[in-house]
Amino acid sequence: MAKIVGIMTTSHVPALGKAIHLNLQQDPYWKPFFDGFPPIREWLERVKPDIVVSCYNDHGLNFFLDKQPTFAIGTAPELVSADEGWGIPTMPSFPGHEDLAWHIRDSLIRDDFDMLTCQEMLVDHAFTLPMALLWPDQKWPVKSVPVCVNTVLFPLPSGRRCFKLGEAIGRAIEAFPEDAKVLVIGSGGLSHQLEGERAGFINKAFDLKFMDSMVNDPQWATQFSDLDLVEQTGNEGVELLNWLVARGTVSGPVRVVHSNFHIPISNTAAATMLLEPV
Amino acid sequence: MNARQSKRTIPGAPIFDSDAARRGYALNKMCYSFNSKANRDEFVSNEVAYCKKFGLDEAQIQAITTRDVLALIRVGGGVYFLGKLAGGVLGLDMQDIGALQTGVSKEEFKAKLVAAGH
Repeated sequence: MAKIVGIMTTSHVPALGKAIHLNLQQDPYWKPFFDGFPPIREWLERVKPDIVVSCYNDHGLNFFLDKQPTFAIGTAPELVSADEGWGIPTMPSFPGHEDLAWHIRDSLIRDDFDMLTCQEMLVDHAFTLPMALLWPDQKWPVKSVPVCVNTVLFPLPSGRRCFKLGEAIGRAIEAFPEDAKVLVIGSGGLSHQLEGERAGFINKAFDLKFMDSMVNDPQWATQFSDLDLVEQTGNEGVELLNWLVARGTVSGPVRVVHSNFHIPISNTAAATMLLEPV
Repeated sequence: MNARQSKRTIPGAPIFDSDAARRGYALNKMCYSFNSKANRDEFVSNEVAYCKKFGLDEAQIQAITTRDVLALIRVGGGVYFLGKLAGGVLGLDMQDIGALQTGVSKEEFKAKLVAAGH
C-alpha cells in the first residue's frame, strides 16, 4: 500500500528560478534560503520517496480566467514546464504518476470534491521550483501528481475546505494498492504582498505562529476566511492554503525534520519545513 | 447593489474578485498572451496597437502606457497577470513594482522588506 513518508512545504518565489539558473545559491542574498535544503536532500537520500503529490497554485500558465477551477488535478503522463512570461527559465518535463493521479481523482470526486481533471498539464514555478530545490540536478527520480488550488480569483476555497481536501487526498493515497513512498509538497507563502499601496507587507509573527501550528495545531489557520488571510499575511500570503492541503494529508501527529525561515527573499517571508509522520 | 456596498475592504490590499475579473478581462487576457515570446515582441513593437487588438478601453491603455501600476489594478488587472507584463516584457522585478506602488525608491522599499525580518 502507498504510504505518506513526509510533507515538505516551501515558498516558491519566482525570482528563485533565476537564482537557480545563475547558480546564486551561495550568494549572500540567496544563501539563507537555499541553506534550508541540504538537510532535506539528506533526508530524501535516506528515505527515497517514489512519488510526489504537489499541492500548489497556478499563476496563469495552465489556467487563465476563461476557465478558472477552484481545485484541479493533473492525470497527465507528462507535466510540462513552459514559458510563463515572468522570465523564469524552463525545466525538463516531469513524469506524471498516472495510476495514482487517476486513483486520487476518482476517490476525491466520490468524496464530494469536484475536481477538474487535466489530461494535459503545464506546470508553473509553484510546481517546478520546489522540485528543483529538492533535486537540483533536475533529473527527477520521482513521478508526480499535481493538485492545483485557486489562489487567483476571490473568493478562494476556505482554509477549512483546503484542509478537508488534504484529508481526502491522504485517505486516497493510503488506499492506493501499490507499495510506494509518497512525499506531499505544499508550495507557496508565507506572508507577502505584491500589489497595492500596502505592497511589501510581511507579518513575521503570524508566519511563525502558522509554522508552529503545522506541528502543534494543524487546523489553527482554518479559522481565517480568505480576506482574513489577506489582512494577516498579504494578498499572496494566502498561498498558505497549499500548506493546509498538504498538512491535511497526514491525520496523525508529525515531527519537524527540518525548518527554515528567512525574511526577505524578493518580497516574501520565505519558509521551508520538512515534516514526518510519527 | 447591497452586496457591493457591504463588500469588505482591506486598506492597501486590492482584492482580485468577481468585479475585478469582469472589469479587467481584456487587460488580463492580453497579459496572459505574454506567456509567448512572439506576443511579447509584438507588444513591444507597438504597445497601443497590441492593446487595441485585445479590446482594452482607454483607461486601461492609459494605465499601460504610463506604467501606472495602481491604475492597472483599478482597471481590473490581476497581479499574476500584470506580473507577466512587468517581469517578462518590461524587465521590472517585484521590488521595482513595490516601489512604484508605494511611492518610495527601490532601495527604500528593499530596506523596508529587510526591516520586516527584525
